[in-house]
Amino acid sequence: MKHIISMLIENESGALSRVSGLFSARGYNIHALTVAPTEDDSLSRLTLVTSGTALEVEQIVKHLNRLIDVVKVLDLTEGLHIERELMLIKLSTTGDTREEYKRLVGIFRGDIIDVTATTYTVQMVGKSAKLDAFIDVIDPGLILETVRSGTVGVMRGEKCLHI
Amino acid sequence: MTGAQILIHYLEDEGVEHLWGYPGGAVLPIYDALDTDAKNLSHILVRHEQAAVHAADGYARSTGKPGVVLVTSGPGATNAVTGIATAYMDSIPLICITGQVPTGMIGLDAFQEIDTVGVTRPIVKHNFLVKNVDDLASTLKKAFYLATTGRPGPVVIDIPKDVQNAKSNYEYPQEVEMRSYLPITKGHGGQIKKAVEMMLSAKKPILYTGGGVILGGASTELVALTHKLGFPITQTLMGLGAFPASDKQSVGMLGMHGTYEANLSMHNSDLIIAIGARFDDRVTGNLEKFCPDAKIIHVDIDPASISKNVMVDIPIVGPVKQVLNEMLRVLDKTELVSDQEALADWWVQIEGWRATNCLRYDSSGSKIKPQAAVEAVWKATNGDAYVSSDVGQHQMFAAQYYPFDKPRRWLNSGGLGTMGFGLPAAMGAKMAFPDETVVCVTGEGSIQMNIQELSTCLQYGLSVKIICLNNGFLGMVRQWQEFFYERRYSMSYMDSLPDFVKLAESYGHVGVRIDDPSTLQSQLDEVFSEKYKNRLVFVDIITDQQENVYPMIPAGAGLNEMILV
Repeated sequence: MKHIISMLIENESGALSRVSGLFSARGYNIHALTVAPTEDDSLSRLTLVTSGTALEVEQIVKHLNRLIDVVKVLDLTEGLHIERELMLIKLSTTGDTREEYKRLVGIFRGDIIDVTATTYTVQMVGKSAKLDAFIDVIDPGLILETVRSGTVGVMRGEKCLHI
Repeated sequence: MTGAQILIHYLEDEGVEHLWGYPGGAVLPIYDALDTDAKNLSHILVRHEQAAVHAADGYARSTGKPGVVLVTSGPGATNAVTGIATAYMDSIPLICITGQVPTGMIGLDAFQEIDTVGVTRPIVKHNFLVKNVDDLASTLKKAFYLATTGRPGPVVIDIPKDVQNAKSNYEYPQEVEMRSYLPITKGHGGQIKKAVEMMLSAKKPILYTGGGVILGGASTELVALTHKLGFPITQTLMGLGAFPASDKQSVGMLGMHGTYEANLSMHNSDLIIAIGARFDDRVTGNLEKFCPDAKIIHVDIDPASISKNVMVDIPIVGPVKQVLNEMLRVLDKTELVSDQEALADWWVQIEGWRATNCLRYDSSGSKIKPQAAVEAVWKATNGDAYVSSDVGQHQMFAAQYYPFDKPRRWLNSGGLGTMGFGLPAAMGAKMAFPDETVVCVTGEGSIQMNIQELSTCLQYGLSVKIICLNNGFLGMVRQWQEFFYERRYSMSYMDSLPDFVKLAESYGHVGVRIDDPSTLQSQLDEVFSEKYKNRLVFVDIITDQQENVYPMIPAGAGLNEMILV
């Protein structure tokens, strides 16, 4: 099962490599990973998407907690949460497809943020599954480039990941 | 003060006695400060950086205090890597200070530059690159704090040369606080109570204890608990000595080369009380077949060790000493009593297994049996020496035939299995306990991996006794080839061996060869007599080439599927 693990880490060089190194050393996989500083610039928020059995993920969380640079870890998928991902996707659009893709982007609540005579660049935000669904409806031959931010997320309601 | 001076002053203020190291370009300022500023700190110049780390490790294992190492950048650091990994796998508190090229040259492929923090990252508890001299003292404080608390481990501090030369004010930092590191100080009271209840209702219980008991300084508590419960106790390779081997409740070591009674007791138990042990694959054998009827209580300081390989019924995360004390307290208060009748039946069953005398061996031949050699060493040292070992058959023979009654006496690389560990580890113990007998049990393969340290031993008068069980084979490799590769002894024969007696003599030591079973004991008695008290003696014992380590659980088998002699 897919798990979104969110953590606060020391905003220091090497902290990210400790996290990614743990995953490669212990044979866990990372589907996506994103990291940036928080409002407290001594801390970074790192979100990663991994998969495994409940036991494997429990072990992953324990090992993450063991890393000295990791301040706090939370498996978002354990509770009610909100997750979002940003995608920029550049489509080759000529002739009939221009109107059709414009409509499709509207259905998916995306924005066309750059236009040339032959391309659209679409910005889309949502759950990863929604972005996957959009990609699925596009003719793969017309996708020029896809950039995804990786999932970020927070717990619903008042529950927070903070120190 | 310069960064280099701060380092030396810090180490003295921290109470460090010995610094094991080897100089080089990127640590010259530190070596200079050692010369000008050190008062009580003694530096031991090894002959290879790997040995510096193993020696500091041996010091740490035998004393419980952190070992401290100083090496240069690049090859100095990479040579130290095996030692650091060895300490990491066995959770040994160690501080390794590495020189680094000046900060301005980092990343430019400078002479003797290596990304030490990157290279060592997976084999340390934590590591630091000190970029600012103002952070040096506080970083050192953090390093010692991390290395010695919680689950101990090695910490590397990489110090660029310009930081060593830069100036700052120095004051020993009294306090250390890290928001991301809060070692657990207490086990959960409710879990401990539940565990005690489970212990008292068990019919076939066994205590399974490991190196964590020694690291946690909890031998006294373990002995008290075991005696109070009256349960059998088995110890891992790393745990030997925490509970006296001569006590009748001890059923010996368990695992791949453990005793029949230990492995059968584990397999047939209905409750395993695991304390400071981590269900290593050399202990559990095939996990599918592991102890089918047993419930498991697991006490460990590291939550990541719990339910890693084997699912646990009652996990207790906490320092073993505190948890055992709390268990004793709960036992004192409870009105529950254990089922004495069931326990008596359990002991009858165990004594039946013990009666197979699984460690027997045939000593009638004309060749010296390695088992007999270790037993003779045990007699000659009254069973009270510090014993280090290398890795292979001799390591198992030492573990099986030199029963330990005290903790911190048995020094071996259990996790990483590092050949070349034995001699430097013995040096570390000898430096810590100059008046005690320190023995290195090794083989002709392992000893050659760090034999250059014979030179260091002469320089510092480290009168270690080296017991080389010389069978002309990489014995454990040979044994596996015999069992599992149809006796194709590919590359396991040690040809062109040196004359170890002459080699020892050329290093300025005493060399003794023993090849006659009838003089084995008398020759060893002489080696350990007053005559050689202050001399390193290299004892080359020519042993039976065909001897195997028994009992054995083949890879993939269960604990109840042992091969006896």
